[in-house]
Amino acid sequence: MTTNSNNTSLDLNAIRARLSGSQGQQLWRSLDELADTDEFRELVEREFPQGAAEMTDPVSRRTFLKLMGASLALAGISGCTYQPRQYIAPYANAPAGWVPNVPVFYASTFVLNGYGSGVLVKSLESRPIKIEGNAAHPASLGATDVFAQASLLTMYDPDRSQLVLKNGQASTWEDFTAELQNALSVQETSQGAGLRILTETVTSPTMADQLNQLLTTYPRAKWYQYEPVNRTNSHKGAQLAFGEDVDTLYDFSQTKVVVSLDADFMSPGPGYVPYSRAFTNGRKVSEEHREMNRLYVVESTPSTTGATADHRIPLQAHKIDSFARTLAQRLGVGSAAGAEFTEHEEKMLDVIARDLEEHRGANVVLVGEHQPPELHALVHAINDALGNVGSTVNYIEPVEVRPADHYVDIADLTSEINAGLVEMLVIIGGNPVFNAPADLRFDEQLESVNFSVHLSLYVDETSSLATWHIPAAHFLESWSDARAFDGTASLVQPLIEPLYAGKTVHEIFAEMLGQSDQSNYEIVQTYWQSQLDAPFEEAWHNALSLGLFDGTASPVKTVTLQGSAVGEFVASESEGIEVVFRPDPSIWDGSFANNGWLQELPKPQTKLTWDNAALMSPHTAIGVLGLNIADPNNPTINDYEGLALSNGQMIDLDYRGGKLRIPVWITPGMPEDSITLYLGYGRSKAGRVGDGVGFNTYALRTSDAPWFGSGAEVTNAGERYSLVSTQDHWILEDRDASIYRVGNLKEFAHDPEYLKHEIHHEEFGDAEHEQFSLHPNAVYKYNAWGVVINLNACNGCNVCVIACQAENNIPVVGKAQVAVGREMHWLRIDRYYSGDFDNPATYLQPMACYQCEQAPCEVVCPVAATNHDREGINNMVYNRCVGTKYCSNNCPYKVRRFNFIQYTDIESPSLKLMYNPDVTVRNRGVMEKCTYCVQRISAARIEAKERAVQQGDPEYIIEDGAIVMACEAACPTEAITFGDLNNPESRVSKLRAEPINYGVLTELNTKPRTTYLARINNPNAELETE
Amino acid sequence: MVQIFRPSANLLSRLSIFGTILVLVELILITGVFFRSDYWRQVNIAIEQPVPYSHALHIGELGLDCRYCHTGVAQSSYANIPDAETCMACHSMIQVNNPDLAPIFDSYETGATIEWVKVHDLPDFVYFNHSIHVNKGIGCSECHGQIDEMEVVWQEQALYMGWCLDCHRAPEKYIRPREDVYDMDYVHPANQITVGRSLVQEYNVNVDQLTDCFICHR
Repeated sequence: MTTNSNNTSLDLNAIRARLSGSQGQQLWRSLDELADTDEFRELVEREFPQGAAEMTDPVSRRTFLKLMGASLALAGISGCTYQPRQYIAPYANAPAGWVPNVPVFYASTFVLNGYGSGVLVKSLESRPIKIEGNAAHPASLGATDVFAQASLLTMYDPDRSQLVLKNGQASTWEDFTAELQNALSVQETSQGAGLRILTETVTSPTMADQLNQLLTTYPRAKWYQYEPVNRTNSHKGAQLAFGEDVDTLYDFSQTKVVVSLDADFMSPGPGYVPYSRAFTNGRKVSEEHREMNRLYVVESTPSTTGATADHRIPLQAHKIDSFARTLAQRLGVGSAAGAEFTEHEEKMLDVIARDLEEHRGANVVLVGEHQPPELHALVHAINDALGNVGSTVNYIEPVEVRPADHYVDIADLTSEINAGLVEMLVIIGGNPVFNAPADLRFDEQLESVNFSVHLSLYVDETSSLATWHIPAAHFLESWSDARAFDGTASLVQPLIEPLYAGKTVHEIFAEMLGQSDQSNYEIVQTYWQSQLDAPFEEAWHNALSLGLFDGTASPVKTVTLQGSAVGEFVASESEGIEVVFRPDPSIWDGSFANNGWLQELPKPQTKLTWDNAALMSPHTAIGVLGLNIADPNNPTINDYEGLALSNGQMIDLDYRGGKLRIPVWITPGMPEDSITLYLGYGRSKAGRVGDGVGFNTYALRTSDAPWFGSGAEVTNAGERYSLVSTQDHWILEDRDASIYRVGNLKEFAHDPEYLKHEIHHEEFGDAEHEQFSLHPNAVYKYNAWGVVINLNACNGCNVCVIACQAENNIPVVGKAQVAVGREMHWLRIDRYYSGDFDNPATYLQPMACYQCEQAPCEVVCPVAATNHDREGINNMVYNRCVGTKYCSNNCPYKVRRFNFIQYTDIESPSLKLMYNPDVTVRNRGVMEKCTYCVQRISAARIEAKERAVQQGDPEYIIEDGAIVMACEAACPTEAITFGDLNNPESRVSKLRAEPINYGVLTELNTKPRTTYLARINNPNAELETE
Repeated sequence: MVQIFRPSANLLSRLSIFGTILVLVELILITGVFFRSDYWRQVNIAIEQPVPYSHALHIGELGLDCRYCHTGVAQSSYANIPDAETCMACHSMIQVNNPDLAPIFDSYETGATIEWVKVHDLPDFVYFNHSIHVNKGIGCSECHGQIDEMEVVWQEQALYMGWCLDCHRAPEKYIRPREDVYDMDYVHPANQITVGRSLVQEYNVNVDQLTDCFICHR
């Protein structure tokens, strides 16, 4: 597919062509690569783009010189004094059993959209410094999502609200409670007729109990729930299918075939980790185990699930219904006469239906939360017809306290305010002014409420329009509880006193109930006292140490399918361009907008950072922007260039009464005539990080079409906007099969060795001999650390990137710096496309320092700041580094990062508390890179050595699995394995012995310590010929 | 017209050129020496603390063990300063009216912390670990000197990297039996190198690994 110039020798091309049959197709990263633009060549050839090292902005250059002058003067003054005095502040009364500088882990619960997942929070001297998953918790299994990892930064965010505000003026909690009581006494007379409570999704049992009490005390009060990302459709779908509300649980452990109808089950949401893990375990192949499941994905937006698929069909969101109904018809469920599909889609439908029939009872059909309730009901019927219910699909009582239609709730509330029925409005969390459906004009309504309260982490858009703003306590500062996707209840346990005197929802409700004498802890404990069997103390402490209440998972429920489940086929009418809304993979619904880690995180599919855009397919872009391309189905290299230049072109979207100007991002794999908009950007009161970043797509989102709708008018605005994507950063020279290897199950089952050929052996005929090297031949007599990454398990979800950032004090650099290729992530995930740009296969490859045994970086350092150690790790010594960047220039994998300026915030007091004290906080001018989490290796080694010497053992032994890297720990699919290559029994040694194990660019004879297991697809034989 | 610069002026110009070079070189040398001096590192300078605690009295005369107060030394990277409660184990009964102990009593009662001045301050990129050293037979006095004779603690060694490496390259010169680690009066035997070598073997010290950068820096 690469349209590279033909300056490489003909022989090489011939070999490549031959190999492309055995080792997958040619890979490409972006339209720029296809067009082979000058900018792209520069990114390939240089470590950093031209001019990246110079300060071109005249203002900042002047400031820089001024600062330099000042620091030189200061250096002169400080030269004649001692080093500054430092102080040690010990405890007055140390806690019993406390050992200084040894971390303690506390179990708590991270809540996203109301659903909890267990976490273990690392606490050092009473400061939370890292969040890990809780292996005992069913929603975590030891891993987390990106938001749980990054919530640590939110807690320490200096922009968090610190004061109680009344109409924007500083006030106090006491003043607030006095006014609250006044307002409540008025409500008491009317039984709360004017009292409304607005929360996000609630699963917390304690909160449910308090709400219950409130609604008993004020019987005419009302409780509404609204959150922009919610499970309304699946609840309504269950109602339609079964006549009662149930939640669906999937068991992927035995599934052979999975069909996803716009369901992105490998992205954050309830059940994210257990689903990803169980599904991926069914895809891990080895020499012994040559079987795997098959995934068909029909989707309206490229997703992590779609990237994993064996067959992926891009389809407009509104067409998924007719696709599902046609599929159902072929399975003998309902009818869908009249639906029209292309030849290819018809064939897919046949094949999927046959595949499902062949594996009755061992498959799962899922539907996305974004699809309408009728489709959810139909999918229940399909699963029922396929005999999946009871085996791979199970139903439980709903986990939510009161499953609600969030759009109806917020609409009802708005109309009640409009009718003057609301005298007192208590808003718990959320940010409805920003994210309520645009047609409701909630912002205008809120201002007319006499007494409104907003409990929030930030003084956000809603807080600034409410009468009162109460700073909320972060979950790391609160006592609370939540239930997981399967109903398991667990406690939220504080790690630190609220930094800014934040309050929890429980304290507000207790105040409203006249129970203000109870502390946050007492409220939660009192509730559980009534729930747990005696002896209470023991049960309570068990729940705290284990991180969950054992046996609280909801039991499986038997339901009967109603006749109404199948529904009627209505031929969808669609005109113009469709708009699809999705929660942002980085900042979710906008609530994480002020989190720099998440803002800078390249999104899994587009690799965009610090922005959102209108995602559309190349063909749609050609039409919308009026590009002059003669034959869109057969583009020339100039056409690719024209397309590549269209990224960042502004368009005007006119949709359902809303208008939005937003840049285009051409996304291969999008369906035609469809635009995907990520939610959450364009905040005006997020904080210093999130303000003014991106474009507010809530402006187009209406309550009647919250997830998608057609009829958008699109015009070229004739402006350009600078979008920053890292998709071409750190790109390797195009020797595709040396970088990413793809095979298919059929050939693998026949000959597991078939992906093993090394291109360079064929090129240079050197298969047998050890390559000659000038490096000394090191012998590793202690441990030899290595990593194997399973590309069949990686779906590019980004959790490892954030976990690495949190563990290793990696700074955020900002959009302008990312634009010049200076992002600091030690671990990056490269995304490759293969195939045509309408529906390419997507491949993802995590990449960090490979710890080469013969490392090219080491020999070029003039000051020996990067050295090899006896365990085979490439040591980067910050205090020796003088910043020549030679090492980075000589690194074939481009995994080294340089601190061009002082990126790390060493001034903000709250951020100082957050940094991992076991890792140096780097200053300007030094190089850095992945260390295999050497601080964790060091801690384990010291522990093992001490144990050995105390017991008089002749040798110390570090057990396999005793060291877990931050990325490895966080990975939902266990794609990363770290261990000792000198131990033949270690997991990593065994994985390395697999026939699909390969190293990247091994022809350079670098002997990387990180290797990959090739990706194996399992395409259906009937579709393979295409 | 008379020449302004006579030939003898050449000498002046030569002197000034070489003199400037000499002064510059000396300046560099002096700066270098200054920053490596004990003065700069505050070696041997007794540092007054908020409480005039005397190691000479408590350890030297009364015979307390290091680990009575520095509880973390054998299990943690950090040999902690004790909390006020540790002091109060004795001082709730002894010297209860001594005004010098007022900060301790205050701290114990109010929970406010005492700010002790840090004496041994390593750069932030150095990760020294106490427990591995004391567990493998490096005595406290090797680095801290005769603490049991100090009224006020000072830094005994300059703590330069070269000094660390002296031992990391040849630990047999300084290693001692594990049971003698906390012995302040320990004297190395005359055949230290022989004894040291066998201890290095017995305690399984991987000497070559001790000079890997990541052992101390990360």
